[in-house]
Amino acid sequence: MIEPRIVRPGLVGSGVGIDLVEVDEVAEALEHFGTRYLERIFTAAEIRSANGGSDHFRLAGMAAAKEATLKALTPADGDAVPLKSIEISELDAGKPTVSLSGASASLAARTGVSQLSVSVSVSAGHALAVVLAEGISRVEPT
Amino acid sequence: MTGQPGANDEIRASEIRNVVNEHGNLSVDATTLGDEDNLYDAGMNSHSTVRVMLAIEERLGVRFPDELLTRETFVSLASLERAVTYLSGSS
Repeated sequence: MIEPRIVRPGLVGSGVGIDLVEVDEVAEALEHFGTRYLERIFTAAEIRSANGGSDHFRLAGMAAAKEATLKALTPADGDAVPLKSIEISELDAGKPTVSLSGASASLAARTGVSQLSVSVSVSAGHALAVVLAEGISRVEPT
Repeated sequence: MTGQPGANDEIRASEIRNVVNEHGNLSVDATTLGDEDNLYDAGMNSHSTVRVMLAIEERLGVRFPDELLTRETFVSLASLERAVTYLSGSS
């Protein structure tokens, strides 16, 4: 006799990340390190979207979203994931999106993450971002 | 770098400790930390990690390649010293 089994949908690669960045800290880093700071963290498209780096609020929002994404992807201590491999766009439209490339895309593929949802809030002093990482739905025996 | 390796090691370690103190956003004085103490436990966050990296590059004339941008690299003063030693091409 075949035993009946209950099946339910499951998720692989699920994770959540949150990050808080001080706008002043971004401004100070820019003042001290200049373009080196911009070019190590942000993609060319992100720098353009922040008026060449002069929009500190947008930079802080994108930096928070990148770090929250990294946390949601849950890298191991030895995983090298440059922040430039995570690109944030559509911050103005109120529905920002995350695009992965290179090391971050490889990490997502390895951990089964197929979808990232991001929310960003920027105030006068801080930028806060939350990212939800979800994987491919599948059926698992219980 | 010039001079005796021992002297260089001391200068390097001192510079790294100074950088972490200035840019690491720690809740404690970096001069009170042990070499293997966890800098993230001491208050360093992701954004200050970038600042520490850029300041070390500036002061010690190295560049962190993408493959070294890991939590392991930045987790302690000792791990930073190992990375800089590796990048400086000496041991």
